[in-house]
Amino acid sequence: MLGRLNLDAIPTDPITLGGLISGTLGILTVIGLLFYFKRWKWLYRNWLTSLDPKRIGVMYIVIALLMLLRGAADAVMMRTQQALSSGDSQGILSADQFQQVFSAHGTIMIFFVAMGLMFGLINWIVPLQIGARDVAFPFLNSVSFWLFAAGAILVNVSLGVGEFSAAGWLAYPPLSGLEYSPGVGVDYWIWALQIAGVGSLLAGINFFVTILKMRRAGMTLMKMPMFTWSVLTSMILVIFAFPILTATLGMLSLDRLLGMHFFTSDFGGNPMMYVNLIWAWGHPEVYILILPAFGIFSEVVATFSRKRLFGYTSMVIALIAITFLSFIVWLHHFFTMGAGANVNAFFGIMTMVIAIPTGVKVFNWLFTMYRGKITFATPMLWFLGFVIIFTIGGMAGVLMAVPPADFQVHNSLFLVAHFHSMVVGGVLFGFFAGLTYWFPKIFGFKLNERLGRYAVFCWIGGFILAFVPLYILGLMGATRRLDHYDASMGWQGLFIVAGVGGAIIMVGIGFQILQLAYSILMREENSDLTGDPWDGRTLEWATSSPPQIYNFAHVPPVSDRDAFWALKQAKTSSSEKLHYESIRLPKNSPVGMIIAAFSIMGGFALIWHIWWLAVACLVGLIVTIIIRVSDEHTEYTLPASKVRKLEEEQYV
Amino acid sequence: MNEQLTATDSKADKTVFGFWVYLMTDCILFASLFAVFVVLRGNTFGGPSGAELFSLPFVLLETLILLTSSFTAGLAMLAVHRRDNNQVLAWFGITFALGLSFLGLELYEFANLYQEGNGWQRSGFLSAFFTLVGTHGLHITTGLLWMGVMMIKIYRQGISIASAKRLTMLSLFWHFLDIVWIFIFTIVYLAGDIYG
Repeated sequence: MLGRLNLDAIPTDPITLGGLISGTLGILTVIGLLFYFKRWKWLYRNWLTSLDPKRIGVMYIVIALLMLLRGAADAVMMRTQQALSSGDSQGILSADQFQQVFSAHGTIMIFFVAMGLMFGLINWIVPLQIGARDVAFPFLNSVSFWLFAAGAILVNVSLGVGEFSAAGWLAYPPLSGLEYSPGVGVDYWIWALQIAGVGSLLAGINFFVTILKMRRAGMTLMKMPMFTWSVLTSMILVIFAFPILTATLGMLSLDRLLGMHFFTSDFGGNPMMYVNLIWAWGHPEVYILILPAFGIFSEVVATFSRKRLFGYTSMVIALIAITFLSFIVWLHHFFTMGAGANVNAFFGIMTMVIAIPTGVKVFNWLFTMYRGKITFATPMLWFLGFVIIFTIGGMAGVLMAVPPADFQVHNSLFLVAHFHSMVVGGVLFGFFAGLTYWFPKIFGFKLNERLGRYAVFCWIGGFILAFVPLYILGLMGATRRLDHYDASMGWQGLFIVAGVGGAIIMVGIGFQILQLAYSILMREENSDLTGDPWDGRTLEWATSSPPQIYNFAHVPPVSDRDAFWALKQAKTSSSEKLHYESIRLPKNSPVGMIIAAFSIMGGFALIWHIWWLAVACLVGLIVTIIIRVSDEHTEYTLPASKVRKLEEEQYV
Repeated sequence: MNEQLTATDSKADKTVFGFWVYLMTDCILFASLFAVFVVLRGNTFGGPSGAELFSLPFVLLETLILLTSSFTAGLAMLAVHRRDNNQVLAWFGITFALGLSFLGLELYEFANLYQEGNGWQRSGFLSAFFTLVGTHGLHITTGLLWMGVMMIKIYRQGISIASAKRLTMLSLFWHFLDIVWIFIFTIVYLAGDIYG
């Protein structure tokens, strides 16, 4: 009846139990508050069923930030373990717990923090920036979000029911195969990613079509804002890469569910084929994340230097070059596979080549700053931290692109330090800059600058303290994923320094939480009444903060790359704006949420081998979709009089 | 969405364009499975190879049925443009029947292989074979389900602009599956017969 689910699935060790209890208490508090303030209807109507991309974006970001806390807690455990577990001391975690912790950390940070922040920011800004009132497929957008949420929920369910994968964030077979991982951990990993991955793929198609088909007349491709360009290339990568992930995860689950032999080490399976496939998705994936961060920095640097972006055309060419090259470098993740000198040389050279367009971008930002009137607002500080850390990490990357050098540092902490430089210093700093920059647009008030600065300094200082020791330890021979090492190695001092760095990053996260809370409390004083708090250059600043559900009553004309800047220079009169027209908008829909509910239950059923439930969920999904597509009244009209009223209210 | 607001296209175009993009992602999914099949083709682990298992005349029959169904789907779409309800229902009915017989033949082949002890657990080659051909079969099943729902809808309400748009996408989907099958026929069955 319940497959392999029984009472043994509930964890008993103190650390997991601690996490479980604090998580449960958090959820209960939120539920209690919702009852206390009678906000259930508000939550359902304004948020959970909303098809407004700005609100969907907020929900993406809320989940991503919660998952960031969980991923950071994992990081703290790892740093503590490695700082303590030398010689006779075994530290705080067992070997098995440690494996689950580093697997969960990587999975959560990439799929549910970085991807969540990225899609959140894209939802917030892309329609506004191209002068559209919505995305191409609003309902599909809600489904994408809810599939992402379903994946995040499944990862967290593993904390309380069963276990999480202990096979690393990419679950290499044969370790992740049935023979060596017979438990439910890898299955949780597979289904959480499979569900969230389908959501990402659908979102990729959606924004690709949105950018190509819904731009304001006049906005040619070469007049698109740089963030939109970066999102376009990133979505192209999503479209090409995510089907590979879907297929690969599908095959791994067939190995585990039906006893197939794709990646087993016997019966003619080929484990290295998995490694090839997963990186054929995985390498583009890191560019999927970093390209929008590049786009954000392009907007931020231009705005806060009060200059037009330097080298727009070369930026676009660089983006396209990276998009193309990112598909022919994947083998550099496993030069040690033994593919032979010629194959390794090709991928090594391609890896060095891809550093060139990236370098072009860094120089373009620096030249944008040159002779600009620079304001060092928080987003700009994130950029400065990014330039330093990302450039150091990038140089380490080019070093590892040389196959013989890579053989020495393969799977070492040097590699770990390198990719954290790229993903934290690059992706995360970029998204933090974007959050600070666009926060007033979406919520109508700015975040506190002083606390933001403290957070930036803690993150930059903490990061350098935490990861420079890892570069050194890697060169000293420390491999990644060590839960214990011999005292005679002489590594403990550096691991302790890294632990202190981790603690300082946690202080930075503390400042960010404080910044958010304080800014919400003081929102009256920091409110943005103009809609243009930073003296911005692109269309998102041409409407009110927060924008109405339809974004623009009148979409401003586009004649320049910095469309809004050009308008401000021209100072056109607003007398013609008196005429309002009615606007078609999508109705709210709970179907995305229902699809997510079936996906969670179906995934859970497959993880625990509860076959009848899996079939029931599949039938439920099909019926739900048929009902939805048969509904022909999915839109409503906001009459011109209502638009006029809304527009006039906000300028009182 | 207002005409002058967007640079290019109307809503229907957007949806059909989006569906094209989706089909391309599906194409990459199949490409991954084809790549895996080609890598694992020789890994029979002492079990039978493709040349020993497949009956080409049988697969040719499957192929002809599916190709014919693509042709009748095309005829159905011509009827959609004429807004001829009965013809639409008739041609989609025939397409549906052909699709269903294709699926039946495929399941018959699978069941035979399984009963002879050549199931997907037998070797890496057979895992890849069942997954690639089975994924195509699953798509055909989805297409049939979609076709069934659309036929009921047309029978009840006739053809609207919205349903014509959906039928356009359905026929794209069906032709796409036909093309994928051509590749399966060539790479899995024909080449399997030549290379073993």
